[in-house]
Amino acid sequence: MADVNRGNRPLSPHLSIYRPQLTSITSILTRITGNALLLGTILVIWWLLAAATSPAYFDMVNGFVTSWFGKLILLGSIWALWYHSLAGLRHLIWDNAIGLDVPTAEKLGWGVIIGSLLLSVITVVVL
Amino acid sequence: MRYLTDRKRATGLGSAKTGTAHFWAMKVSSAALLVLVPLFVCTLGRVIGESHQDVIAHFARPGPALIVALTLIVGLEHFKSGAQVLIEDYVHGTAQKIWIIAVICMSYALMATGLFAIAKMAL
Repeated sequence: MADVNRGNRPLSPHLSIYRPQLTSITSILTRITGNALLLGTILVIWWLLAAATSPAYFDMVNGFVTSWFGKLILLGSIWALWYHSLAGLRHLIWDNAIGLDVPTAEKLGWGVIIGSLLLSVITVVVL
Repeated sequence: MRYLTDRKRATGLGSAKTGTAHFWAMKVSSAALLVLVPLFVCTLGRVIGESHQDVIAHFARPGPALIVALTLIVGLEHFKSGAQVLIEDYVHGTAQKIWIIAVICMSYALMATGLFAIAKMAL
């Protein structure tokens, strides 16, 4: 019958078994940065709404955005935005079955990490 | 021992046949965002922290208004689908459905709020 050994089969090794690798870390960071960008998005939309509403409301929201906490969210969002963009570019490359071998995938991973940090520094310095 | 065969247990649990459309929508929006995101960072970075009058004047121009509006539309559409996959991976059953509905509604609400603000400043 069908269910003789259900629930008692060997499982493939998962997170608790594997040593963290550059490819797995950069992959989960893509998901984390993409979803965490919601925070920065809410902040920017709140700021836009305040600017469209009244000078008094704008001063209040702008005060929060330019406070140390607001700046921390913006700084984190800038890095997350660049990281997620470069990681997305990497996925668009991978979709063509290019760069999937381990040495190239690891090089692309370092490219995403270093590139996102460089772009964040440039963004903060220039803007 | 259950009386269902493997075939019966698997029926209805397979692909919902929309995976390709989801994949393609993410691919199109990500390609668009590769262009929009640098423009968005430049145009927003120029006015964030500036005075109220400068911000209003900035978004009264077509370029900044259109870049921010497009980035919010495409970005939140992309977020909506991406967050849905996140939920599908970690939450199951009724909670999964509630979370997906909530995330989709929130994405459109944020999109509408941002577009309203931009339109009010631009017009």
